[in-house]
Amino acid sequence: MRKILLSVLLIFPFQFIFSQPDDLAKMLEEELASESTTDYATASFKTTRLVNAHTNENVGRGVMDMRISHRFGPMNSGIKNFFGLDQATMRVALEYGLTDWLMIGGGRSTYEKTYDSFLKAKILRQSTGKRKMPISVSYLSAIQTKTIPFPDQDRTNFFTSNMFFVNQIIIARKFSEGVSIMISPTVVHRNLVPTVNDPHDLFSIVMGGRVKITKRMSVNLEYIYQLPDTKPAESVNSLSIGFDLETGGHVFQFAFTNSQAQIEKAFIHETRGSWSAGDIISGFNLSRVFTLKDPRSKNKEAKKEW
Amino acid sequence: MKISSILSVFVLFLSLQLSAQDLYFTKTAKVTLDATPENPVEEIEAINNEATSFLNKSTGDLVFAVLVKSFRFQKALMEEHFNENYLESNKFPKSDFKGKITDIASVNFDKDGTYPVTVEGKLTMHGVTQTVSAKGEITVSGGKFSAKAKFTIQLSDYKVERPGVVKDKISETATIEVDAKYELKK
Repeated sequence: MRKILLSVLLIFPFQFIFSQPDDLAKMLEEELASESTTDYATASFKTTRLVNAHTNENVGRGVMDMRISHRFGPMNSGIKNFFGLDQATMRVALEYGLTDWLMIGGGRSTYEKTYDSFLKAKILRQSTGKRKMPISVSYLSAIQTKTIPFPDQDRTNFFTSNMFFVNQIIIARKFSEGVSIMISPTVVHRNLVPTVNDPHDLFSIVMGGRVKITKRMSVNLEYIYQLPDTKPAESVNSLSIGFDLETGGHVFQFAFTNSQAQIEKAFIHETRGSWSAGDIISGFNLSRVFTLKDPRSKNKEAKKEW
Repeated sequence: MKISSILSVFVLFLSLQLSAQDLYFTKTAKVTLDATPENPVEEIEAINNEATSFLNKSTGDLVFAVLVKSFRFQKALMEEHFNENYLESNKFPKSDFKGKITDIASVNFDKDGTYPVTVEGKLTMHGVTQTVSAKGEITVSGGKFSAKAKFTIQLSDYKVERPGVVKDKISETATIEVDAKYELKK
């Protein structure tokens, strides 16, 4: 009896040694589980724009995004205008990430010869883990200034009369790998209004979402509801469908929309054509990013600067 | 019966003591991933400084784990695509290695020097597990030691797809370098 017990006990230490790989694996699991990290949702949308409107995405720190967006004429203008391709409005812009949460940009549109500048800041980031946050929230502020001659040259015209101010809160959630939805309450302030009865501040809500078809392709839908109280009489709500195609450093965004312009004050409140009448405009956005700063150089540079 | 119970306590104590003293770990091991092709358009290299590893000095048992999201690239977009399109870090948040240094006996941990070793085990990445083996070295210096290893994998073995448009930009093989400075696990 004693012998058996002894021999059993002598095997015991070896068992400890032999069971080590599993033990190590278990310890590794425990070590990883004890680490409480925050897992931020990334790439809710492919680029900083859905079709026309801003998404909650920023370009990374030190990344320059060159954007060229084209909108052709309405497709129902017929063969005479080659289904709208004869006519085009465009915007060229350079946009840059100052930090991972703050980006700025400036652009020029052919639409009313408008110059625009904006800044976009991430306020909240959707996350799980240590810090839980169900949604992402960003703030967009833009100034858009048209430079076409004033229609009425007889009255005193101020430069500021051409200015429009956009303020937008972008609320987004990435529901799954392929599905993201956003909703952005927006106010556009116009310095000059057509008549004294027209409001200076126009309110609207941008609603949009995307569904990924493949890893590198997505379908986007965007609808902008103008609040009836402040909606300019002749304007139509903007509705757009887009297809994003990503190839390395480029993103192509094909768009079908009833809005002619690519800046907020115009595509929200100055859309004239409606889908039901066939005033559909085709177009594309082209985004090309250039990395000006290695994101890994953060610590090194911080030391150098300060 | 009395002897055996004393013996069992003793033996248990001994074995526990043994495993506690031989167990080393690190949470700051460096893992470098390089998939730069022969004629590079751009350098595709990522560094992860937050790998966790355990090593048993006497048996040679070795485990490694990294969070895929902690790899840092030289371009923000590369990092995004790495997570979104290639490694799919939402589905497969971590990669790990479980194996053994087969010739750990040849390392004299009491004497400073560099000792060549062979590592064998199973690497799990992108949800796929494959057997790998690599040459590495253990450097003992002043009572502490570090381990290095370098090996090459086929991306297709781990079901990491390279679509047509980026075939020229990403190598079909990736070189993985591991560098870990171990400390005694208390």
